[in-house]
Amino acid sequence: MNRLLRLTRRRLWTAIPVLMIVVVGGFFMLEAAPGDAVDAYVGAIGGDAELIESLRRDWGLDQSPLHRLGLYLWSLAHLDLGMSVTFSRPVRDIILERLPNTLLLMGSATALSFALGSLLGIVAGARPGSLRDRTLSIASLALYAMPGFWLGLVLTVIFSVHLRWLPGSGIETIASGKTGLARALDIARHLVLPVTSLGLVYLALYLRVMRSAMAEVWRLDFVLATRARGVPRRRIVLRHVARNALLPLVTMLGVQAAAMLGGSVVVETLFSVPGLGRLAQEAVSSRDTPLLLGVILTSAVLVILVNLAVDLLYATLDPRVGTGGRT
Amino acid sequence: MTWSFRPNRRGFLAGTAGLLASTALPSLGLAQPPAHGGRLVVAADSEPRNLNPAMVASNGVFFVSSKIVEPLAEASFEGEDGLAPRLATSWEGSPDGLSVTFKLREGVTWHDGTPFTSADVAFSALNVWKPLQNLGRVVFKDLEAVDTPDDHTAILRFSKPTPFQLIRNALPPLTAVLPKHLYENGKIDDNPANNAPIGTGPFRFAEHKPGEYYRLIRNDTYWGKDQPYLDEIIYRVLPDRAAAAGALESEEIHLAAFSAVPLADLARISKVPGIEVVTRGYEALTYQLVVEINHRRKELADLKVRQAMAHAIDRKFVVDTIFLGYATASTGPVPVNDKQFYTPDVPQYPFDVDKANALLDEAGYPRGDNGVRFTLKLLPAPYFNETRQFGDYLRQALAKVGIDAQIVNNDAPAHMKAVYTDHDFDIAVAPPVFRGDPAISTTILVQSGIPDGVPFSNQGGYANPEIDAVIAKAAETLDPAERIALYKEFQRLVAADLPLINVAEWGFITVARSSVKNVSNNPRWAVSNWADTWIEA
Repeated sequence: MNRLLRLTRRRLWTAIPVLMIVVVGGFFMLEAAPGDAVDAYVGAIGGDAELIESLRRDWGLDQSPLHRLGLYLWSLAHLDLGMSVTFSRPVRDIILERLPNTLLLMGSATALSFALGSLLGIVAGARPGSLRDRTLSIASLALYAMPGFWLGLVLTVIFSVHLRWLPGSGIETIASGKTGLARALDIARHLVLPVTSLGLVYLALYLRVMRSAMAEVWRLDFVLATRARGVPRRRIVLRHVARNALLPLVTMLGVQAAAMLGGSVVVETLFSVPGLGRLAQEAVSSRDTPLLLGVILTSAVLVILVNLAVDLLYATLDPRVGTGGRT
Repeated sequence: MTWSFRPNRRGFLAGTAGLLASTALPSLGLAQPPAHGGRLVVAADSEPRNLNPAMVASNGVFFVSSKIVEPLAEASFEGEDGLAPRLATSWEGSPDGLSVTFKLREGVTWHDGTPFTSADVAFSALNVWKPLQNLGRVVFKDLEAVDTPDDHTAILRFSKPTPFQLIRNALPPLTAVLPKHLYENGKIDDNPANNAPIGTGPFRFAEHKPGEYYRLIRNDTYWGKDQPYLDEIIYRVLPDRAAAAGALESEEIHLAAFSAVPLADLARISKVPGIEVVTRGYEALTYQLVVEINHRRKELADLKVRQAMAHAIDRKFVVDTIFLGYATASTGPVPVNDKQFYTPDVPQYPFDVDKANALLDEAGYPRGDNGVRFTLKLLPAPYFNETRQFGDYLRQALAKVGIDAQIVNNDAPAHMKAVYTDHDFDIAVAPPVFRGDPAISTTILVQSGIPDGVPFSNQGGYANPEIDAVIAKAAETLDPAERIALYKEFQRLVAADLPLINVAEWGFITVARSSVKNVSNNPRWAVSNWADTWIEA
């Protein structure tokens, strides 16, 4: 247990410079984009020179970038994420409002793709090279090649427009007054299509990693030994081959959590889910620096936490990890 | 009455049939009395940061707030001078142009129960429209005082003669009245009512769930008899345009205004039973497709080059292919559908590639070895699909006359900065709005002496003393007929000297379920109060 604690402490320590780099990098990237929040706002409504000048002053955009970055870091050091210029509300409140939706969407999609992907991977990897394996491989490749937004549109047309089984947009029925279990079921119904279109694309990845890892394990001597001992094939597949092939899949889980944050931008826009991804896109197009930095920082913390969890899981699964001799 | 125009034919047929037998028209809903109740769900593509229509006169804000906060008068198809009374019941300008007298509606209360009086109008005019509003700063710049002899009379007093015609044309978009008792203390920018408006309108603001919806509920004490008919209006935030069409088909929403359904989807969706495509209701919000020109470029400062570019554009192709017929070719800076000011009597530039080539040769820009005369930087505005597509077309059209226009695509804030602040463009595609009077937002497109950074204004370095003089004269001309004559002269001068090239003009499209009645019954319908809108059970 001591080993895991040490690992956690080391990881959290290195997270601080990572977060600094993310914030400063994000700030200058948005700074490098032409136009500022006032350009974005006035472009939508029009206005004269005096109005533009007074808005720039009110929003603190007449200060130099370094000065503004300094101010932002200072307030960040006090755990204050600042005020969003486009929403004129504290960034923290806006993010806390949207975060649960994204977590729900991402969590369900990850669970779906991980569970179904590894299951199908086991089916495919049970007999590498078999017809079943090849069919699954080709099908998964086709799925992986589909853009998430296209899959989302197709699913909407079929299940929402034509069959009318499922709602095509939103996170819950508007102003329905539902509470408790009824509300949870309502949200679940609304999540089916976005989770499916986000999850199906990533499913292929887990399937293929699982399958190829299993194909490798089949060639190892201990598998030959178990076969020689006359262990039933079913038992070899589940107990010996699949179990040993699981490790790379866990690594994959950490990497994919970050990728899925990116995919959620598209899916949240398509299905009108008010989440972090859509918020990031709105922040960029309105050049709302504090809001964007808040979103980036939240996402970075999420990714760091997921990776930490994966590392801890890894260390539990594989005793060689985190003993100090690791490179 | 429902106005359903599947490009024009049905409306025409219905009109003719009406002459023959007005009783045989059950489908038009003439005989049906409006039903009370129900929830109208409409698509919204953006969430404005400020819902105060007196401060921010823009369609995005009006779309929601016009149901809550009312102006003095609304645009109308039938009313005198194209207006219908709202908070004012009559308006009259003095012959010297120094005052306008409004008689205000009696028995109106704010949503919090306080009575509406002339003090609210005086406060809104002096403290909001004139100093704070994006458009009011221009129109009300000479407003000096507002007299309130009694609770139901407000007299606007100007320091310089101000044309009554201009004030009248500005009533619908510029005169939303705010409650003085809620705004008089503290900074107007920070007032909580900016995000949860309180007005006199047929609907009250109920809630806003960011990223999800706005909800408005019926104002039971509205001054309109029996109105409003609806119990609730929900604005669902649907940022994806393809999603809006799907939501209409699956009956998740009733109505999508402002062309939320892309033009390319209209042919298909108009065949879906129970869905109507309506092209009326945007007559007072005409958007213009314009080529902005940077006159600092030596080649573009030459009138012959500008004439050649105007001849190189096939307006019919633009209307038919880019706008799929839902637009009109332009002749000049005032749109064809404007009843007061428009004149067709201006120099025209019919599509003629040979003539364009000849003009460019004459101007002294022969084709080089590669067939190119010179290269331009072309910035299409990113606000509409159609402005981007026209940018692509313009590149091809100019290539035919030997001008190599290189497209630079930017997102909205980057485009704003490049064109209107940095002047880093040679030609740009812009969608300015004609708001019922050239003085509101049209003359600014060609007038000289505008500071850098003002969006949708002359930032191309164009200066023509003759045009400036006509604009200045019209701004102080009180006689309506004379003022109209000056703006006709303005149109002739602009079309002759081409400070910019007007290509086409369009209104938006509303797609609605047929169960929604009284859709598009005024020229600013999407941004009017919807008090008479109802849903068939």
